[in-house]
Amino acid sequence: MATKILTGNQTAALAAKLCRVQVIAAYPITPQSKIPEELSEYVERGELQAEFVRVESEHSAMGVCISASLVGARAFTATAANGLAYMHEQLHWAAGARVPIVMPVTNRGLGAPWTILNDMQDSIAQRDTGWMQFYCLNNQEILDQVILAYKVAERLLVPVMVCFDGFRLSHTMMPVEVPDQEAVDAFLPPFTPAYHLDPERPVNINPVVLTDPIPGADGRLYPGYMGIRRRLQATLESALPVIAEEGRAFGERFGRSYEDPIFRYRTEDADILFVTMGSLGSEASEACDVLRDQGIKAGVASLRVFRPFPKRAIRDLLATQARLAVVEKAISYGLEGALATEIKAALYGLNGRQPITAGYIVGLGGKDVKPLDLCEIARQTLSFGSHEEVPEHSIWFSNEI
Amino acid sequence: MPTALMDLPEKEYILPGTRTCAGCGLPIAYRHILKALGPKTIVTLPACCLTILHGMYPKTPVLVNAVNNVFGGTAASASGLAAGLKALGKEDYVVLAMAGDGGTFDMGIQALSGAAERQTNFIYVCYDNEAYMNTGVQRSSATPSGAITTTTPVHPKEQPKKDFIQIMEAHHPAYLATTCSSYPMDLYDKFSKARHIQGTRFIHLAVPCPAGWGFPTRETVKIGRLAVETGVIVLYEVEDGIFRLTGKSLNLAKTRRKRPVEDYVKTQARFRKMTPEQMEAFQKAVDERWEGFLARAGI
Ligand SMILES: Cc1ncc(C[n+]2csc(CCOP(=O)(O)OP(=O)(O)O)c2C)c(N)n1
Ligand code: SF4
Repeated sequence: MATKILTGNQTAALAAKLCRVQVIAAYPITPQSKIPEELSEYVERGELQAEFVRVESEHSAMGVCISASLVGARAFTATAANGLAYMHEQLHWAAGARVPIVMPVTNRGLGAPWTILNDMQDSIAQRDTGWMQFYCLNNQEILDQVILAYKVAERLLVPVMVCFDGFRLSHTMMPVEVPDQEAVDAFLPPFTPAYHLDPERPVNINPVVLTDPIPGADGRLYPGYMGIRRRLQATLESALPVIAEEGRAFGERFGRSYEDPIFRYRTEDADILFVTMGSLGSEASEACDVLRDQGIKAGVASLRVFRPFPKRAIRDLLATQARLAVVEKAISYGLEGALATEIKAALYGLNGRQPITAGYIVGLGGKDVKPLDLCEIARQTLSFGSHEEVPEHSIWFSNEI
Repeated sequence: MPTALMDLPEKEYILPGTRTCAGCGLPIAYRHILKALGPKTIVTLPACCLTILHGMYPKTPVLVNAVNNVFGGTAASASGLAAGLKALGKEDYVVLAMAGDGGTFDMGIQALSGAAERQTNFIYVCYDNEAYMNTGVQRSSATPSGAITTTTPVHPKEQPKKDFIQIMEAHHPAYLATTCSSYPMDLYDKFSKARHIQGTRFIHLAVPCPAGWGFPTRETVKIGRLAVETGVIVLYEVEDGIFRLTGKSLNLAKTRRKRPVEDYVKTQARFRKMTPEQMEAFQKAVDERWEGFLARAGI
C-alpha cells in the first residue's frame, strides 16, 4: 500500500491497470481523455498487458468491449456526456448480452448549449439501460469502486458505470491509497467468461428471440424476450446483498468498507438531511459542519449505488428524519430531479412517515455549489411548514437569470 | 490454381432449414464462405437478412460461433473479437464480419472505416442485395438508379449506386476482392486466400434477392451470372496493390463478349419503371467502369 497524489482520471486509469484489464477501447472526450491517455502509456511501456484499441467513436468503443468480453477478455472503456449518449444503443446491448464491462463516466453536462463542465445529466439519462451505476465521493472511491465494480459485475454478469464528477474529481488531485498489485489480484481473480466459444459446441450469441418461451431441439423450454429481460431485472433486484458482501470483503482486505450503499455523515440525530450523490456528498458534509455550528442539526445521505436502487436502506434511514433536501445535478425534464422522484417513491406507503421532501437542482454545467448555498437550501427546506408548502417541481438553486 | 468443384470440403456449416426466403442468394454464398474458413470461425453480424438465416433462439442452423450486434457496429464488434482473442492468446481463430449493404455502405461505414484504418485483423464481407431487404426493400445507398423500392415507390431511385468498393480500396486493405453468389468457386477461392492474409480484408459479395428484385426464385444463379456477364458486377481482387480480374470477368475481358445491361435489367420487376434515359446512363456508367478495369488489368 502506498499513498499517491492523483487526479480522478489518473486514479481511474491506475485502477484499471490494477484490475489487469485485457482490452481497452479508447476514445477521447473531455473531461475523461486523460484516462485512455494514461492507459496507453501503461500499455506502450509494457506495464500492462492489454490490447489497446484506438476506436473511431464511442459507439464502436462499446461494440469492441462487448465482443471482447464475449470471448472472455476483461474489457474497459471510459466516456462522458455526448460520448455516453452516442453509446446509448450499445449500452442496452451490453446489459442484454450480460457482459461484465466496467466503464468510468466522468460526469459532464450534455449539449445543447455546449458545456464541458460537470453535471450528472449524462449518466442519469442512461439509468434505464440495465447497467449498474456507482457514484464516487472522492478519488479514493474511484479507485476502490472500479476494483469493486469488476468483482460485482463478473459475479452478476451485469456491466457497471463508475460515475464521478468531471473536473471536480477528474482533474483534482487528492491523496489516494493505492493497494499492491498482489492484494488486488487476491481480491479480483482473472475473469472466467460465462460462455466459452468452443468450435466443438458452437453457439449463436444474442440471436433474435420470440416473445414467448419456445422449446429447443433438446425439448427444454427456453425463455422468450420478456423472460430474458426479467432475468436481468431479477439479477439487479438481488444485487444489493452481493454489492454489500463484496463491499464488506473489500473493507476487510483494504480497510475501506463499501458494505453500505449510502455514505452517511452525521445522520443519527439530524433534523434535516441532504440527500445527494457524487462529490456533492463531500460538499454537503462541509455544509453540515457549518450548519451544526449554527445550531442546525444537519446530516448527509449520499448514494454510492444508484442502480440497483437501495430502496430499503433509504427507507430505513430517511423515514425517521423530519426533512429532506434532495440536491442533485440532473433533471428529468417536465417533472423534477430523478433522484427526488425516486426518493419520494421509496418513501411512499410508509403510513404518514414521509418526511417533508424538497427537491433542488444545482450545479448544472459546472455551476459552483458552495457550502453556503447548501446552508441556504437547508434553511429553506426547514421553513416549509407542511408537505403542501413544498413546490410541485424541483427548485432551481441559482440566483441568476 | 482455382479449386475444382470435387475438391470442396464436404463438411457443411449450415444445416438445411435456414429462414431466408426461397431462392435467396445469401445461403449459397454463406455455405461456401464457411467451407473456405472452417470451424474456427467466429462470425459477427448485425441486423439484416443474415440474422434471419441464423434463425431464432434457441435454435440455429449455423455450425460456427456467432455474435450478433447492433446495426452500425459490425466492424466494431469484429474489432472487439479480434482484440479479445489476441489478448487471450487465441491466435488461430478467423474473425468474419458479415453485414448487408445497409449495414455497410450506410450506417456501418464509420466503424468499418475506423477498423480498416487500424488494419484490424479480420475479414469483412459486405453482402450486397442492393437495398434494406430485412425491413422490406427500402432504398439504400447501394441501390442502383432506376430501381423501384418501397421508399422510391413511384419514381425509381435517381442517384447512382455509391462506389463503396473504391472507398474501401482507398483504405489500402491487406486484401480486397469482389465476388458473387452465382460463382461459388470464385467465392470459395477468394475466401480461402483471404483467410491466410493478416490485416483487414474486405470482400464485396453481390447477392441476388428474388424477393426484393422481383424475379422467380429458380433464377437466382442465372440473375447473378447476368449481372457479371453484362459487367454490372465485375469480379476482381486487389492484393498488395495489384489489380487482377478473375473468373468470368477475366474471361469476358479476353473474349470481349460483354452483354448489354438491358439483358440483366429486363429480368427484374424492380427496374420496370426505368426510363430509357436511365437505361442509357446505366449502360454508359457500366461501360466506363469496365474500360477502367480493362486498363487497370492491362488488357
Ligand atoms: C439503429 C438501427 N436502425 C434501424 C434498424 C432496422 N433495421 C434492421 S435490418 C435493417 C436493414 C438491413 O439492410 P441491409 O444491411 O442492406 O441488409 P439486408 O436486410 O438487405 O440483408 C434495418 C434498417 C436497426 N436494426 N438498427
Ligand atoms: S429478402 Fe432477399 S436477401 Fe433477404 S432473405 Fe429474402 S431473398 Fe434473401
